Amino acid sequence: MTDIDIDIDEDSDKEAVDRARGRVAETITDLIGHTPMVRLRSFDRAFPGIEIWAKCEFLNPGGSVKDRAAYQMIADAIESGALDRHRVVIDSSSGNTGIAYSLIGGAMGFKVTLVLPGNVSWARRKISEAFGTKLVFSSPMEGSDGAINLCRELVDADPDKYFYPNQYANESNPRGHYLTTAPEIWDQTAGRVTHFVAGIGTSGTVMGTGRRLKELRREIEVWAVEPDQALHGLEGLKHMASSIVPGIYHPGQLDGVLPIGTEEAWDVSEKLSQEEGILVGHSSGAAVAGALRLAKRLVAEGKPGVIVTVFPDRADRYFEAPTAKRLPGP
Amino acid sequence: MATVRIPTPLRKLTNGKEEIVTAGATVGELIASLEAQFPGIKERICDDAGKVRRFVNIFANDEDIRFLQNLDTPVKDSDEISIVPAIAGGLF
Repeated sequence: MTDIDIDIDEDSDKEAVDRARGRVAETITDLIGHTPMVRLRSFDRAFPGIEIWAKCEFLNPGGSVKDRAAYQMIADAIESGALDRHRVVIDSSSGNTGIAYSLIGGAMGFKVTLVLPGNVSWARRKISEAFGTKLVFSSPMEGSDGAINLCRELVDADPDKYFYPNQYANESNPRGHYLTTAPEIWDQTAGRVTHFVAGIGTSGTVMGTGRRLKELRREIEVWAVEPDQALHGLEGLKHMASSIVPGIYHPGQLDGVLPIGTEEAWDVSEKLSQEEGILVGHSSGAAVAGALRLAKRLVAEGKPGVIVTVFPDRADRYFEAPTAKRLPGP
Repeated sequence: MATVRIPTPLRKLTNGKEEIVTAGATVGELIASLEAQFPGIKERICDDAGKVRRFVNIFANDEDIRFLQNLDTPVKDSDEISIVPAIAGGLF
């Protein structure tokens, strides 16, 4: 592990700046990022010598990690002139990116249309709608790829009306993590991070964060987590072998991909809420399940490690009333 | 014969078919009949105890079978059964 020389005074100044930056803002979008990191202690006994930490991305203003990517895509598009006030932002999203666009649209003054699979959670629909966003539903049988295809059709039919960030192929998505998530992790661990592991949906988090961390220290291992089967219950994550592969996904830059079962991830989510007091969504459970695989491997090899992962969102975003559900439209 | 609508992630097992017309007096029998035609499909839908996996929803017409009689829900010839990934839920 690398020795890090820390100047105490500089460090406390920096902390003061970070604190202020986190609490006083001119606009809501200035509160995106700079999320705290929490250590997960309930695994200490099982994995001696291993630290597991998670970035609390649910503390972003839109409630998810997607605020970072959405903000970067919008900011870069305004900068390049691809987005102006006359265009409507349109994209496909299983929910969190849509909420992020909606919030940023409200803050910056542009309209948003989202294409969502009919089976996304009720809470996510309502949150986006509350920002004034227009929702278009794709078939619940076809998942996020059905939403991608329908979104492309709408854009092709009226290309001048829309700005289509296309989060799956837009390099600004991983760039947001390259510029913010990675340096935050580096600072928050004082450069001690040895492993980064995150779920893949668009793959923006793992690609962008991983790329920067490896520049900061080449030995840092970067692992992605994906559902182990095509039919799964890990909202926001993609089983690559059976999906439209995102243009920003470059598996050659990763140290590996960890396939995680839905039930295993759900069990870890339950443990996090009951033994850590952290009520996060199932993709967080999958990410920690991935971190535990790495921890197990390190312990078997007799190595220490500082594993960092990401909690993409909170569990309450998935709560539904326990009443009889109807087959969702269309 | 009822119609079973297959979600995209399972169509690899059904040779790409979106709908399968098959026989069965209950939802459970329909799944058994699917398994006979497309081996491996049942374990994707049901767990080792034979219950519908927590992240899968099955609708008889447009009613969730968990609020009917689960796999014992009776099926008529004209019924449409939809298997839908419950990416939206799980924590009740």
